[in-house]
Amino acid sequence: MKRKSLIYSLFMKGGVILILFLIQFILPTYHHSSFSKIMILASYAIAYNFLLGYTGLMSLGHAMFFASGMYTMGLSILYLGFTPLEGLIFGTILTLTISIVFGLFALRTSGVSFLIVTLMFGQTLYLAILYYNEFTFGQDGFSITTYLGTLVIFGKEHLYSNPTIRYNFALIMLAVYLIITTIIILSPIGRILIAIRENEARTQLLGYNVFSYKLFALTFSGTLAGISGAMHALLFSYIGTTFAEIHHSISPLLWTLLGGAGTVIGPLLGTGVMYYLIDFISGITSNYLLVVGIILVLTIIWFPLGIMGTLRQRWIKWLP
Amino acid sequence: MDTWIEETLPMVFLAVLDGTVTAFVLALIALGLSLVFGVMRIVNVSHGEFFMLGAVFSWFAYHWTADSVWGFVLALLIAPVIVGFIAVFSERFILRKVEYNPESTIVATIGILYIIQQLTLMGFGPEARPVEAPIYFRVSFPWFGYSGYKLLVAVMSGLCLCGIWLLLKRTKLGLYMRATQQDYEIATTFGVPTKKIYASVFALGGGLAALAGVLVVPIRQADHLMGLEPLLLSFIVVIIGGLGSIRGTIIAAFLIGISDGIISVFYEPTLAKMLATLFVVMILIIKPSGLFGENYQ
Repeated sequence: MKRKSLIYSLFMKGGVILILFLIQFILPTYHHSSFSKIMILASYAIAYNFLLGYTGLMSLGHAMFFASGMYTMGLSILYLGFTPLEGLIFGTILTLTISIVFGLFALRTSGVSFLIVTLMFGQTLYLAILYYNEFTFGQDGFSITTYLGTLVIFGKEHLYSNPTIRYNFALIMLAVYLIITTIIILSPIGRILIAIRENEARTQLLGYNVFSYKLFALTFSGTLAGISGAMHALLFSYIGTTFAEIHHSISPLLWTLLGGAGTVIGPLLGTGVMYYLIDFISGITSNYLLVVGIILVLTIIWFPLGIMGTLRQRWIKWLP
Repeated sequence: MDTWIEETLPMVFLAVLDGTVTAFVLALIALGLSLVFGVMRIVNVSHGEFFMLGAVFSWFAYHWTADSVWGFVLALLIAPVIVGFIAVFSERFILRKVEYNPESTIVATIGILYIIQQLTLMGFGPEARPVEAPIYFRVSFPWFGYSGYKLLVAVMSGLCLCGIWLLLKRTKLGLYMRATQQDYEIATTFGVPTKKIYASVFALGGGLAALAGVLVVPIRQADHLMGLEPLLLSFIVVIIGGLGSIRGTIIAAFLIGISDGIISVFYEPTLAKMLATLFVVMILIIKPSGLFGENYQ
């Protein structure tokens, strides 16, 4: 069973990645750039899903990780003259540290308190960015286009904002995220995380150190979210507080729930659907958040399992 | 040294006074959140929007009557009732559907938050609108004059808090609420109409927030985004006080309100909010269930 599901799951992911790779040659310019954006945001949603879908911990503060990766990248390039690769490594290390410290505090609580604590931590980082506005440029944000330099591939220089570079970087990141999370989830560690999701007390009773597994899941998810933030800064070269707001913590929750928490493709699908839906509604009215609210309520009432979750439950049992 | 004292003491006094007013209002808002959590075991993320609706209805009442006193009285009577109905409606058609599952409820109330906020934006507009205070007099202290309306806000909030306490301890409804809080199933078997109690607690929580909104709006203006800050502050309060504990909520409201006043006067409001969060972290390290909380796991 395990081998079969592994093969199916790898097959499906390979297929999705292949389609996304091939589709870039036929996509019109507008959708080409939308897809790049969706893939970056979807990797953030995948990071979020690792915590919500597979460990059963719901966080309302993931923008904190995303923004800390993003701001570390941006500020280190701006002030310290780092190259993008150094910025990415620095950002990863810093988000890793933040995730561990945050986890040590926040995981002392559980259930509803955990949600509130994550929400407040997220808001604190947002306030801190506003408070130190001389350093972070506060609400306006900043652009790092002029500091980025160029990327040399096969002896040719490219800008990071080159659409093809952007698309393929986003795709590589998405592929890496999909593969890493699948490997971890199918490994013994992943099984224990799922056991914690299903019944925390029983897992503890079986002798597993639930706290350290939860800390691992939170750190892993937070670091991945931070890397997404750093890559977003690199590829779209804009850093701003919108990515630290509460909305940006709720977004991955919405994408994951809509696509299906605890499914592998769900977050990608949810992100894509929501992105195009908001894109479409923004053309009609500026109050797209109203639709976000309605979809949240309807999803939680009628499709608590999300699109992929419902598919899996009703028709396609083998879906990963 | 003497001049330092002369300059600083009035500042401290002003800070404590402002902090106390904030604390009373905060206690009112947080009490609503705490009651809902205590009885229904759910967190209402749209609680801040009920506060905002109170403020917005107050502006409409002021605008419609074109008189600050009658507008205030009208808002005081009408806003909590309307918001109560909105709360009952969302309880009946949304929260009951997800069977009060804690996490689903949070997601659903985030949805309600967006819906209320955006509908207000559409009906009320994006700008902040002032409401005139119903009374205008200044209480003069040796160093400065202080707005009499702010003191009235503190007194009225205090009266409401006493009212809630009486409701819980002395009435049949309060008895039912406490019974439901202690054990839902046993209360049901003893004939307590638990479903109706849930609806009324949710309405009461929303009504309290709306009342706080009506009281606050002459001090600050009404806008569609004003719900977030009191929501986060009440979260801080209920976590420090212990989720579901009424006594803890009120004590924590004063702790946070007054320290917020002092830090805001001497430093910056943003810093006060950040420090309050750090304070929550410290409390959680020492006692994860909050100062007066029981262990809800």
